[in-house]
Amino acid sequence: MTISFTVNGQDRSVDVDPDTPLLWVLRDELRLTGTKFGCGIAQCGACTVYLNGMTRRSCVTPISMVEGSDVTTIEGLSGPEAEAVQAAWTAIDVPQCGYCQSGQVMSATALLQQNGAPTDEDIDNAMAGNICRCATYVRIRQAIHDAAKTLEG
Amino acid sequence: MNIHTSRRGFLTGLIVAVALPQLARAEARPGYFNELPALDGDWAPNAFIRVAPDNTVTVLIKHIEFGQGPYTGLTTLVAEELDADWGQMRAAAAPADAEKYANMAFGMQGTGGSSSMANSFMQMRKAGAAARAMLVAAAAEKFGVPADQITIEKGVLKAGDQSASFGELAEAAASQTAPDDPQVKSPDQFRLIGTDLPKVDTKAKTDGQAEFSLDVYLDGMLTAVVAHPPKFGATVASVDDSAALQVAGVQKVAQIPQGVAVYADNTFAALKGRAALEIDWDDSSAETRSTDQMIDQWTAAARATGHAARDWEVEATGDVDQALSGAEMVEATYVFPYLAHTPMEPLDGVIRLGDREADVWMGSQMQTGDVGTLASTLGIQNVRLNTMLAGGSFGRRAQPDAHFAAELGEVAKAHGPGAVKLLWTREDDIQGGYYRPLTVHNIRAALDADGNITAWDHGIAAQPIFIGTPFEGMLQGGPDFSAFEGASELRYTTANHRLRWAQMESPVTTLWWRSVGHSHTGFAVECFVDELLEKAGRDPIEGRLALLGDDHPREKGVLQRVAQMADMSGDFGYGVAVVKSFDSYVAQIAEVEDRGGIPHVRRVWCAVDCGLAVNPNIVRAQMEGGIGYGLSAVLFSEITLDQGGTIRQQNWDSYPIMRIPQMPAVEVEIVQSAEPPTGVGEPGTPPIGPAVANAWRRMTGKALRRLPIVPVA
Ligand code: FES
Ligand code: FES
Repeated sequence: MTISFTVNGQDRSVDVDPDTPLLWVLRDELRLTGTKFGCGIAQCGACTVYLNGMTRRSCVTPISMVEGSDVTTIEGLSGPEAEAVQAAWTAIDVPQCGYCQSGQVMSATALLQQNGAPTDEDIDNAMAGNICRCATYVRIRQAIHDAAKTLEG
Repeated sequence: MNIHTSRRGFLTGLIVAVALPQLARAEARPGYFNELPALDGDWAPNAFIRVAPDNTVTVLIKHIEFGQGPYTGLTTLVAEELDADWGQMRAAAAPADAEKYANMAFGMQGTGGSSSMANSFMQMRKAGAAARAMLVAAAAEKFGVPADQITIEKGVLKAGDQSASFGELAEAAASQTAPDDPQVKSPDQFRLIGTDLPKVDTKAKTDGQAEFSLDVYLDGMLTAVVAHPPKFGATVASVDDSAALQVAGVQKVAQIPQGVAVYADNTFAALKGRAALEIDWDDSSAETRSTDQMIDQWTAAARATGHAARDWEVEATGDVDQALSGAEMVEATYVFPYLAHTPMEPLDGVIRLGDREADVWMGSQMQTGDVGTLASTLGIQNVRLNTMLAGGSFGRRAQPDAHFAAELGEVAKAHGPGAVKLLWTREDDIQGGYYRPLTVHNIRAALDADGNITAWDHGIAAQPIFIGTPFEGMLQGGPDFSAFEGASELRYTTANHRLRWAQMESPVTTLWWRSVGHSHTGFAVECFVDELLEKAGRDPIEGRLALLGDDHPREKGVLQRVAQMADMSGDFGYGVAVVKSFDSYVAQIAEVEDRGGIPHVRRVWCAVDCGLAVNPNIVRAQMEGGIGYGLSAVLFSEITLDQGGTIRQQNWDSYPIMRIPQMPAVEVEIVQSAEPPTGVGEPGTPPIGPAVANAWRRMTGKALRRLPIVPVA
């Protein structure tokens, strides 16, 4: 079955089993490997992308649902919030193994798009779906606060 | 705003008045290392350093990078001796080569025991110093001045008004003779060691560009998943693969020693094909006990001899039985479950098999064993291993039996020439064994009228980790120290001390889990001593300091430091623990709130003495991560077997992991030390559990002796 959608602003069509999760289409078909596999059951957030601007676990999103939609992955992430998040992440060396961090950056950017000055509690609520097995959580909180401050100007 | 300043303020509780300059950032070098020797024009002064005409210096890192920082730390050592500019430095994985890249602590290439910095410290500095001497000699010739008039600053060699970069001198340096015993700097000459240099791999781990094994895609590559036995020790009796072969995209099904492999054009088809297999398993050799039954048996074995495959008396001083009889005796039993490591990236690897050679991409933590196993499985000599960045390990990728390399080899062999990616799903990972051993401790102690500990009788029941693997020879016939390290050489002096290890058996496979034996001995010893101190009416910190006597200055140093750091004025529970592991010393104080009968950890103060801190920022990060990892397990994690041997946990929904709301604020301080650097990957983990349990007991009166604290419903 052929399914058409846009990824990072580009038109794409794939001919795959319609049940295939978006995660595996991004990775196996489109070779966008920044989006990671961690659990396959919407528990960890390593596979977080934006579907029509909203965060979405690509591991449980069948590609048939994506027809006609806009997908953004870490490779296509842009805008002031994304830049602020990535700069803050880099400045305090948030990542350890790094494997969860595409998902963390996607979720953190989405949080700042909604809420320009999140409290610790806002951060905990918004980021609770993203596991970091290296437990970089202390720095994730700090980097989100730092990014919010740079966006304030 | 200066981000460096705010970071320090947040993480250490210190306010740094001077803004640090923004440092140029070194980088991890993209691409697989095995391509590097072919790069044109690089000068290779030794096995660890490549200087390119473009003036970049690449350091070949013999240790796997999965978050603990060797790419940055080892690169720092070379940059220091070269007086390089940090921005010109690159890091890349060294090839698998046991001769050139052995871990000096193991005698083979591999990473573990928090040894990367400790074993590399002089080796990498000497490599850098040798290259420096050759560059200086080349510059002396070029400038026409004696070598001792050459200085190097930020990667530029200078004499008078002449100057040249490393890249400009590389060709001339190549014809210089490497010194036999290069002179390294004295610590007072360090400019980079001891500073918070930005990590080389951060950028690629923030924008999705970092490449892990899962991200390797080769032309014509198939993806394979393997149906593994659902019970430990079970084997395949028969397979019906007809439905699996009907799945679009499935190319092949093959029985291999590890189970049944399904090969497909893409991951989804492979998973769908695996789900369609009908397999009858032979359970005749399988573990059928429940973990509840095992805990009962382990408990009996911890309490008395005669219940184990073998009882070992590990240590005995004085007369414990005599000292216990008639004294005021205190006894406690601690139960620690099987734990899965669940690194964020499950086990995976890619192999391209040719007629007589193979290329492999995997997050190998024991390159020498993995290459040897792949070669013997495939019956070939030439296996080229690319050590990839890996999404965590915590011990899981260091396999004495090289079981993942063996499975990858079998998958390739059953397929024949071509490229295959082997992927373990999270279910494969959580149900796949190689757990932190289920362990039961029983401790009896006697107190005299003054509250002094006069006897300590300690029994530990656990499966071994080394025994029964190719690493068993290291034990030289002795007991498996992985079961009791941290309980031996008890620091809390008592004249009458006995330590027994009851060697238990099960088909459930076991492995070291971040901090190995210390993951349970630290808990048992630090909780028990805290109870004894409380019984004796002594302060937990002052009491420990007194018991530690004069022989443990570094334990006392971190205890005193953490006591200064902590603000224990809140209306919460506070608990302390101090553990030495992997030659590093860590003390922690936890602030714990009672949230409806469940401990919520609000803040943790942590003091660490790891000798010279090469990169203090990485040391702090490893303490933060070690605390989160340890707390996650203590609060939530256990692998259980039901009656009959079925594993109850499958994925992170049934094997919960700490998420950000449960993460305490953490403040870390590093005790200044001139001792050689020791490890930081593991030592942050052991103290957090007992610190939290001690806080809880002092607040609620309830001792926590069965982990996890919050069992899954
Ligand atoms: S892989 Fe999708 S949430 Fe874990
Ligand atoms: S950085 Fe390793 S899982 Fe988050």
